[in-house]
Amino acid sequence: MIIKNKTIVADDWIVLRLNEQESAENVTVPEGKVIVPLPVWLQQRDALQQRAEIGVWLASAERPEDLKGDIHKFSVIAVDFPKFSDGRGYSIAYNLRARLGYTAELRAIGDVLRDQLFYMQRVGFDAFATRPDRNIEDALKGLTDFSEVYQTSFDQKLPLFRRVQRKGNLAADVVNE
Amino acid sequence: MYRYDEYDQQIVDERVKQYRDQVRRRLSGELTEEEFLPLRLQNGLYMQIHAYMLRIAVPYGLISSKQMRMFAHIARKYDRGYGHFTTRQNIQFNWLKLEDTPDILADLAAVEMHAIQTSGNCVRNITSDEFAGVAQDEVVDPRPYAEILRQWSTFHPEFAYLPRKFKIAISGGKEDRAAVYAHDIGLSVTKNAQGEAGFRVLVGGGLGRTPIIGSEICEFVPWQHILTYVESILRIYNQYGRRDNKYKARIKILVKALGIDEFKRQVEADWADLKDGPGTLTSEEVNRVATFFTDPAYEKLTNHDSQLNEFKADSRSFSNWMQRNVKAHRVPGYAIVVLSLKKPGSVPGDTTAEQMEVIADLADRYSFGELRITHKQNLVLADVRQKDLIRLWQEATAQELTAPNIGLLTDMISCPGAEFCTLANARSIPLAQLIAERFEDWDFQHDIGEISLNISGCVNACGQHHIGNIGITGVEKKDHDEWYQVSLGGAEGNLSSIGKIIGPSFTFNQVPEVIDRLLQVYLRERLEAESFIDTVRRIGHVPFKEHVYATDFTVAEEEIADKHAVVPAQYSVPYYSPRF
Repeated sequence: MIIKNKTIVADDWIVLRLNEQESAENVTVPEGKVIVPLPVWLQQRDALQQRAEIGVWLASAERPEDLKGDIHKFSVIAVDFPKFSDGRGYSIAYNLRARLGYTAELRAIGDVLRDQLFYMQRVGFDAFATRPDRNIEDALKGLTDFSEVYQTSFDQKLPLFRRVQRKGNLAADVVNE
Repeated sequence: MYRYDEYDQQIVDERVKQYRDQVRRRLSGELTEEEFLPLRLQNGLYMQIHAYMLRIAVPYGLISSKQMRMFAHIARKYDRGYGHFTTRQNIQFNWLKLEDTPDILADLAAVEMHAIQTSGNCVRNITSDEFAGVAQDEVVDPRPYAEILRQWSTFHPEFAYLPRKFKIAISGGKEDRAAVYAHDIGLSVTKNAQGEAGFRVLVGGGLGRTPIIGSEICEFVPWQHILTYVESILRIYNQYGRRDNKYKARIKILVKALGIDEFKRQVEADWADLKDGPGTLTSEEVNRVATFFTDPAYEKLTNHDSQLNEFKADSRSFSNWMQRNVKAHRVPGYAIVVLSLKKPGSVPGDTTAEQMEVIADLADRYSFGELRITHKQNLVLADVRQKDLIRLWQEATAQELTAPNIGLLTDMISCPGAEFCTLANARSIPLAQLIAERFEDWDFQHDIGEISLNISGCVNACGQHHIGNIGITGVEKKDHDEWYQVSLGGAEGNLSSIGKIIGPSFTFNQVPEVIDRLLQVYLRERLEAESFIDTVRRIGHVPFKEHVYATDFTVAEEEIADKHAVVPAQYSVPYYSPRF
């Protein structure tokens, strides 16, 4: 189960993670819906792009720009959070969405926890494979912690000061009059 | 000052609710301590040696009397009757229980305050010039921009898990009073030849283990673009700042590794995509926020006051205070008053609940109900009528808030040190007290004049020892005894510099004698009206160093049999610092 578009849904994608003996070049990518590591995509691109559906995941030190030109070939791009405190994935997501124009599913994988989901959805994630040892229904609540935000990000193109009429200091207006 | 509208209030209220639930989950075990740690830190909650410490944000140091009374309430209800003002213009409470903290945040939200992002690897509270809006040398009032940056950085989704903490300071006077050179980003608001406001942007300054003075990344960023420019700096840092080593993770290390030119190139390549986009500031927004920082209802007054002069002639204490603690105001007939939290023998920055209430009353009666917290851990009443100075001085003296030492030797900056902090190698506060006792004599201090003495209990430099004219640092040695390094020649302001260590370290009891010897050299060598730092700059370190190490120290080291005995009595706690 994952959270996708703010609801809990079944999921049949497999995230391929290489073990120590495997290399990006020679690993056999299983049949079916697989999210491969970026190096595997780069090494086996010709074969993989023949598949009907393919996904790729980025480690937090990898660059989304490496997917430039290929971005529309993926049904899903995932960004791995090796630890929830590693915040590089937020900028990766922002760049994928805002700079590279990626529009399909963007999934957070790895150490994905309730208290990070609000920020993650703001930078462009729309799917969350939350950590399996935690209650996914509880995690869902993390998406609605706040009902208003100040600044722009991928989800909100206008800062609060351009979206709403905010009041100045009324007392000061009186003094000025 | 700024007041919350319904949006600000809602965001802060929702934070309290979110945090309350996080605490509930921690207490029930749903969250591990490792998972809870960054969550509580982003709410300013630390676990220290004895208890939880909560750091409350005082945005750019500005606070109302009502908010100060709330601090007094919190001090009484949840703490031990006092709070501690910090060098980043915040306040800390040191003796809290985890289960009380959601209620404390709710109390704070009721007076438009919070503890958001006062710790953790995120954008911290924005600090600014404590004399903003009233200083005679002000070019542009930095407060509206500080508030706009506060809102922009609050819960910024992309920059909540940076490689390390991120501190922004902003100043708007000709003289820098916000230590902009010692911040991750330092902003100086200025005007170009056309009279338009903009920012000189410094990046990569900081103290800590690797003290570095910030480099100029852009000479002039027009005001409209400041949010997007800062966003690009943060994005480059978030992606490329080191995460493998905590001590190499600040932006200064990245800037140094890339070089300022390459760093600037990367930032401006990112910025090209944002420039003139919707994140660009509007004049409507700047003007709206600026309405909160308009002048209070000043009376038409003159600077001449014969009564004041008479009283000055009569009272040495008053004239000393006038000389050190009262600063020129840009409006005739008004003065800026600095209330000293550095009475010799007291703990720098500590304030009791009773003092807080008296201070709030003073603010109401003499300064339009507002106060500022300074980065030197004092308090400011920014708008006092000169004709009220005598009465104000009398009332503040009754609360021991008029030590005439602003900018003098006993106006020390000190971190909490080893009695509170798990990082510290050595005690800071008792050392500050020992030094203050030795140099208590006001005539001596006034003769020495302008000098800064900063004490940190370890290399992390919370006491900003690198930018003290004299800096003292607790250092780690094998035997776990307390040792202190002394550095010379640090400074903040327009001529910021990092102090240099003078030589081998000293014991606790030797430090006052070391300072005395440094001052002897200054008194011997100074030219007329030359300040300590100017003498150091002119003659260099060598004469100071030679004199300090020329003769042996004869101070007796007391044998401390019972380490509990070194805890200041007022804390009445068992002393179990792992360092001892």
